[in-house]
Amino acid sequence: MSEPLLDRHVAFVGALREAGLPVSLAEGLDAARALTVIDLAERETLREAYAATLVKRAQHRPGFDALFDLWFPPVISDGPPEPAPDHAARPVLPNETAELRDRLAELLMGDPDDPAFRAFARSMVGRFGRVPAAGNRQSWFSYPVLRALSPQTLIARLLDAMLAERGGVPEALARTQISRNIRKFEEAVVSDVRRRIAEDSGIEKIARTSVPPPIDRVDFLRLTRDELARLRREVHPLARRLATRLTARRKQGRRGRLDVRRTVRASLSTGGVPLTPRLRPRRPHRPELVILCDASGSVAAFSHFTLLLTFALREQFTKVRAFAFVDTVDEITAYFRPGVDVLDAVTRMTEEADIARFGRTDYGHVFTRFAERYADAIGPRTSLLILGDARSNYQAPALDALRRLAGEARHAYWLNPEPRPQWDTGDSLASAYAAIVPMYECRNVAQLAAFVEDLA
Amino acid sequence: MWFASPDEVRGRLAAVDYLADDGIATSVFLAGALGKPLLAEGPAGVGKTQLAKAVAQATGARLIRLQCYEGLDEARALYEWNYKKQLLRIQADGEAWEDIFSEEFLLERPLLKAIRSDEPTVLLIDETDKADVEVEGLLLEILSDFQVTIPELGTITATRRPYVVLTSNATRELSEALKRRCLYLHLGYPTPERERDIVLAQVPELPGLLAERLARTVATLRGLELKKSPSIAETVDWARTLLALGRTDLDEGVMAATLGVVLKHDSDQSRAAKELGLPRP
Repeated sequence: MSEPLLDRHVAFVGALREAGLPVSLAEGLDAARALTVIDLAERETLREAYAATLVKRAQHRPGFDALFDLWFPPVISDGPPEPAPDHAARPVLPNETAELRDRLAELLMGDPDDPAFRAFARSMVGRFGRVPAAGNRQSWFSYPVLRALSPQTLIARLLDAMLAERGGVPEALARTQISRNIRKFEEAVVSDVRRRIAEDSGIEKIARTSVPPPIDRVDFLRLTRDELARLRREVHPLARRLATRLTARRKQGRRGRLDVRRTVRASLSTGGVPLTPRLRPRRPHRPELVILCDASGSVAAFSHFTLLLTFALREQFTKVRAFAFVDTVDEITAYFRPGVDVLDAVTRMTEEADIARFGRTDYGHVFTRFAERYADAIGPRTSLLILGDARSNYQAPALDALRRLAGEARHAYWLNPEPRPQWDTGDSLASAYAAIVPMYECRNVAQLAAFVEDLA
Repeated sequence: MWFASPDEVRGRLAAVDYLADDGIATSVFLAGALGKPLLAEGPAGVGKTQLAKAVAQATGARLIRLQCYEGLDEARALYEWNYKKQLLRIQADGEAWEDIFSEEFLLERPLLKAIRSDEPTVLLIDETDKADVEVEGLLLEILSDFQVTIPELGTITATRRPYVVLTSNATRELSEALKRRCLYLHLGYPTPERERDIVLAQVPELPGLLAERLARTVATLRGLELKKSPSIAETVDWARTLLALGRTDLDEGVMAATLGVVLKHDSDQSRAAKELGLPRP
C-alpha cells in the first residue's frame, strides 16, 4: 500500500472511531487487506469494501457514509479555493432560477442514481451555497441552495406532469417517488456543502459535527417528526429483539427439576443408559404492569413510544393496563387492543380520553385522582410504571397519594426523559418523587430498551 | 480464488438470476478474496439465504446448509459419535474398545462436512441469531482457523477453505467477537428500480410496466407505518398472483383484492387501504 493511501486509511479509521463506531485493530487490518485486492479507482467499490470490513451494525451506516464522503470526496473543486466575491455578489436573475427549477423538476422525475443528479446538486451548491463570512472569508450553507430552488414547492407541478388526473393510488405512488427524490437531492446538497467546508478548512473541523447519532441514541425530547416516525417503525423489531432476549434469559437462568419421563425416553437411544438428563422448564414469571403516562405536549413523544413498546411486548406480561394524564387521568388500555393500528390508537387516545381539564400538567391532582378512581388497578403483583418529566407547574405534589400507590404495588418505577442534570430545575419535582419511587433517566431508545429488559 | 472482481460477481450472479448491487457484489467478492466469512443481516425475505444459494450455483460449488434453531448443539452442528452402533459393537466384541472411536462410528454434521470437503464448498449457516450464544463460541473457533479438534481422532484442518455465509434476522445482536471475524453485509429493501429488475428476473413473463407499478406500490407501502413491511419475496409472490389471475394492470380493485399477499396483519391492511384510498372488501 502506498504511503499517502496508508495515511488516509489510518486517518479515516481514526475518524470513524472518534464518531463512535467501534472499529477494532483487526478490522482496520482487514480493511487495509481489502484495499489491496480491489480496484481503488472505483469509488463505490471502495466505499462498500470499507463498509463490509468496518461497519458491523446497520444503524452506523449513515454516519459512515457521511465520513466516507468527506475522506474520499467524489470530486475536488478546481484550483485553490479562492474567495470570489464577484461570483457570490452576482445577482440571481429571476428567469435563471426558473430555468434551474425546470431542470431540477426534470431530474426529480428521473432516477436519482443518475450521475447527472448529483452533478446538478454540486453545481447548485457552487451557485447558491456560498455565503461571505467575516475577514474576507467564505462559508458554505445548504439552506440558501434549498431556498433558491425550493424543491418542496415543485411537488404539485411534478404531480401534474406525471399524472393524467390526480387522486387515488397513482397519486400516492407518485408522491412517494417524488418525496424520495427530493430527499435524495437535499442529501446530495448537504453532502456537497460538507465537502466544500472540508476543502476550505480541513476535514477534522467538520467531521465531528457531521455524523448524526444513531437513531436509538437520539433524545426523546429532541425528536423531529421524521425521527419519531422512524422510531415508531422500529417498535416491532425492537419488541421482537427484546422478547427474544427475555425468553433466552429465562430459559438459560434457572433450570427446573429432573423430568423422569423424558430422561427415560431419551435413554432408549443409548441402550437404556441415561446419558443426558432432561429437565423440566420453569414456569416463567410474568409481572402485571400498570403504566401511568404523562401525555402532555412536552413529553408526548416519549410517552407514546414507551406505550407502543410495552403494548408490543404484552406477551411478556400477564396483564397490561395503561392510564394517561395531563391534569386528570383516564384509562386508555382499550385503545391499544391487539391488532389495532398504532397511529389510530395514539390519535384516538389524545382525542377521546378524558385526560385534560385545564391543559397544564398537575401531577399532584393526577395521583390523588388515580388513587380515588383506579385504586383496584394496583395490587401485590403489579409493577407500577410512571412515565413523565415530573414537571408539575408548581402545583402541590401529593406525595402521600403517590406513597400509598407505590406501597401497594409490588414494584414501582419512574422513567424520566429529561437528562439528569436538568432534574429539580424550575418546576421539576424529580427528587421529591424519586425519594418515593426510584427514578431512572430514560433519554433514548437504548436506555429504554435496557430498562425494559431489566423489568420483565 | 472464487471471483476475480466485483464486476465478475455481478455478472455471474446475474447469470443465475440474482441481481447484486454494489454492496452485495463487493462484499461477496471480498469474502472470497480474503477468505473471511460473510455475515448477511437484514429483515426476512430480502434474499439472504438466496444469496448463498446463488453463490454456490454461480461457482458450481456444493452447498452445505446448517439451519440454526434454539437448542442446536455441537452434536447437531459439528459431529457426534454413533452411540447405538458403538454399543452394539462392544456387546458383540468385548475387546473392541479401541476400534469404536474411528471413522466408521463418526456421524458427520454440516460444519465438519464442510471442513473435510475436498471440492469447492459454500457453507450456509442460516438464521444464526436463532441459535444459542454457546453455538457462537463454537463457530468462532471454526470460522477463524477452519479446523476442528476431535479428541479421539486429532485435529482436522480444512484442505480447502469453504466459502462461508452466515445469515441473521437480527432478532438478537450477534456477539462482537463473531461480527469482528466476519465481513458484514446489510441487506435492506431495494430501491424501486432494483426491485423491478428483481421481479422481472424472477417472473420473466410479467409485463415490464406492471413490474414497475408493483415495485412503486410496494415502495409506497413500505413508507407507511406498518407492523411488517412487505419483503422482496412477497413482492415476487404478488407478481405471480397477478399473473395467475391473468391481470395485466394493478388498479384499485385488484390491489384491494390481493393486498393479503403482501400485508399479513389486519391492521396493516386497513392502514394501507386508508392511506391509498382502496375499497375495503
